Amino acid sequence: MDAETLQSIRAMVVRSKRRDEVFGLVGVAALMVGVLTFAALFLDMAVQGMARIDADFLTSFPSRRPAQAGILSAWVGSTLVMLVTAVAAVPLGVATGVYLEEYAPKNWITDVIEINVTNLAGVPSIIYGLLALGLFVYQFGLGQSILTAGLTLALLILPVVIVATRESIRAIPQMIREGSFACGATTWQTVRDHILPYSTPGILTGVIIGMARAIGETAPVITIGALTFIAFLPPSPFQGTPPFVNADWLLAPFTVMPIQMFNWTSRPEAEFQVNAAAAGFILVLMTLLMNGLAIWLRYRLRRNIKW
Amino acid sequence: MSSLAQVGAEQSVSARLKRRPMRHVTERVIELILFLAASVSVFTTLAIVFILVRESWIFFEHVPLHDFIFDTQWTPLFDDAHFGIMVLLSGTLTSSLVALLIAIPLGTIIAIYLSEFAPFRVREVAKPFLELLGGIPTIVYGYFALVFLTPVLQKIYPALPGFNLLSAGLIMGVMIIPYVSSLAEDAMRAVPMNLREGSYAMGATRLQTALRVVVPAATSGITSAYILGISRAVGETMILAVAGGMQPNLSFNPAEPGATITSYIVQVALGDLPHGSIGYQTIFAAGLTLMLMTLMFNLLGHYLRRRFREVY
Repeated sequence: MDAETLQSIRAMVVRSKRRDEVFGLVGVAALMVGVLTFAALFLDMAVQGMARIDADFLTSFPSRRPAQAGILSAWVGSTLVMLVTAVAAVPLGVATGVYLEEYAPKNWITDVIEINVTNLAGVPSIIYGLLALGLFVYQFGLGQSILTAGLTLALLILPVVIVATRESIRAIPQMIREGSFACGATTWQTVRDHILPYSTPGILTGVIIGMARAIGETAPVITIGALTFIAFLPPSPFQGTPPFVNADWLLAPFTVMPIQMFNWTSRPEAEFQVNAAAAGFILVLMTLLMNGLAIWLRYRLRRNIKW
Repeated sequence: MSSLAQVGAEQSVSARLKRRPMRHVTERVIELILFLAASVSVFTTLAIVFILVRESWIFFEHVPLHDFIFDTQWTPLFDDAHFGIMVLLSGTLTSSLVALLIAIPLGTIIAIYLSEFAPFRVREVAKPFLELLGGIPTIVYGYFALVFLTPVLQKIYPALPGFNLLSAGLIMGVMIIPYVSSLAEDAMRAVPMNLREGSYAMGATRLQTALRVVVPAATSGITSAYILGISRAVGETMILAVAGGMQPNLSFNPAEPGATITSYIVQVALGDLPHGSIGYQTIFAAGLTLMLMTLMFNLLGHYLRRRFREVY
């Protein structure tokens, strides 16, 4: 090999290595676009909205006067809607996941269910709003109520819960099941005593991520026709006389955090924009906390479980 | 005598281990309950199709399909009503295009970087961070596009109107990055190590290995990631409703305000049109169009995944 060839090979190696380094920088730069957007968004909301966030903001109803407006009806509404969503989505999602992993025979019905779950995850959220409008509001006559909104969001996050359930069940080694069957347990006993307890942290992670998504969803809730100006609270779920709980709140009109924020954002007055920033900041903090909790849970899970 | 012995044997077995004749029945009932829960998702899909078709039917009884597809005006609430879905489609396509021009290149670069280049530490921090970015409510992104990004863009390009598809699309792009990058990265990490080792053994650099070995081997999964990104962009609502303006506008210029299919649905839902009126039924026709579009993309994705699937 003559010196010239060697020289050119060396030059090529140097060039290629430099390309590697350049791409490393490009990758970091691409990540930075995300980081900077996030930082700008978070700081902008904090700077704009912080001044408005105090006890009064949390305990006041929306008002025509921006300085007196608050998010009481919004966060109470969000809490109650989330309650309905969780009660509907968690049992349904977990049951579906368990069925698909532990029971389902290999046939076309199972295939249809599986393809369906995948497709539902890709349906735009506003379509769920139209479904709820046609089905829950007009067909079932549930009205524009907390129940309707909760069920709509439950259908929306169902695929998230199902996928999380299936993944954490699939991570349980086959020998656990075999051990249980060998002791004479039935499929359900195995599921109840082994599969579900071991997959609970994973399922919980999925449920939290799903709920974080549901709490910020605006489009489907607007589509069912939720009012934007609600200056009262739904009837309390608890009462002084037996049976101590009542279900009137399920059919009450309501508003939720993202709708309240949307309402303020679409007002022309600058003071309402400040309110929108404050509500948005609280909303972002809530979703960050929930997602952060889910990530932490998953991290702990990955570290602790060694089959 | 023998029956007495039997009784004695049964009594010596503890209650928990006793024969339970109903055991098989219980098992079947539980299986049936679980199956019914699983079929809810199928019924959801059926209900979506049923509701959209039934409500659109009322609309198409009054508006010929030909007008719906070819009319160049969308003025359902005026006296001189026109129903040209093309107007809303132009807004949807323009904003989606802007978003995908951000999300697909950046998402792909991030995926390649995290899968092939990033040190362990960086990946451990970057992945959860991207997940958080994807978890922020879209209404918040919309607010940010309207109140922060649009004024910034107006400094560069003063003629930009306060509501425009450009800043909505750009923010939407950033929102979609995590969806694209996480799926694409999963696909790349699923490529077996020995392919990379083979490439390195031939003297290839990291970048050459990434672009010529890993990416081609992961094409099927990367395609899924892109399709998911497209579906998200087409179906995104609140960013456009807040920052895009809601004027129907047959134009492919992102620097103009425009209504999309989704933001139109929000606009009508916020108004007080009575159920059953033509103006109101338009949202179901628009929703059906949106559903057909996402269905088309999903089928395309399904086909492409089959086409490019590599089995190791």
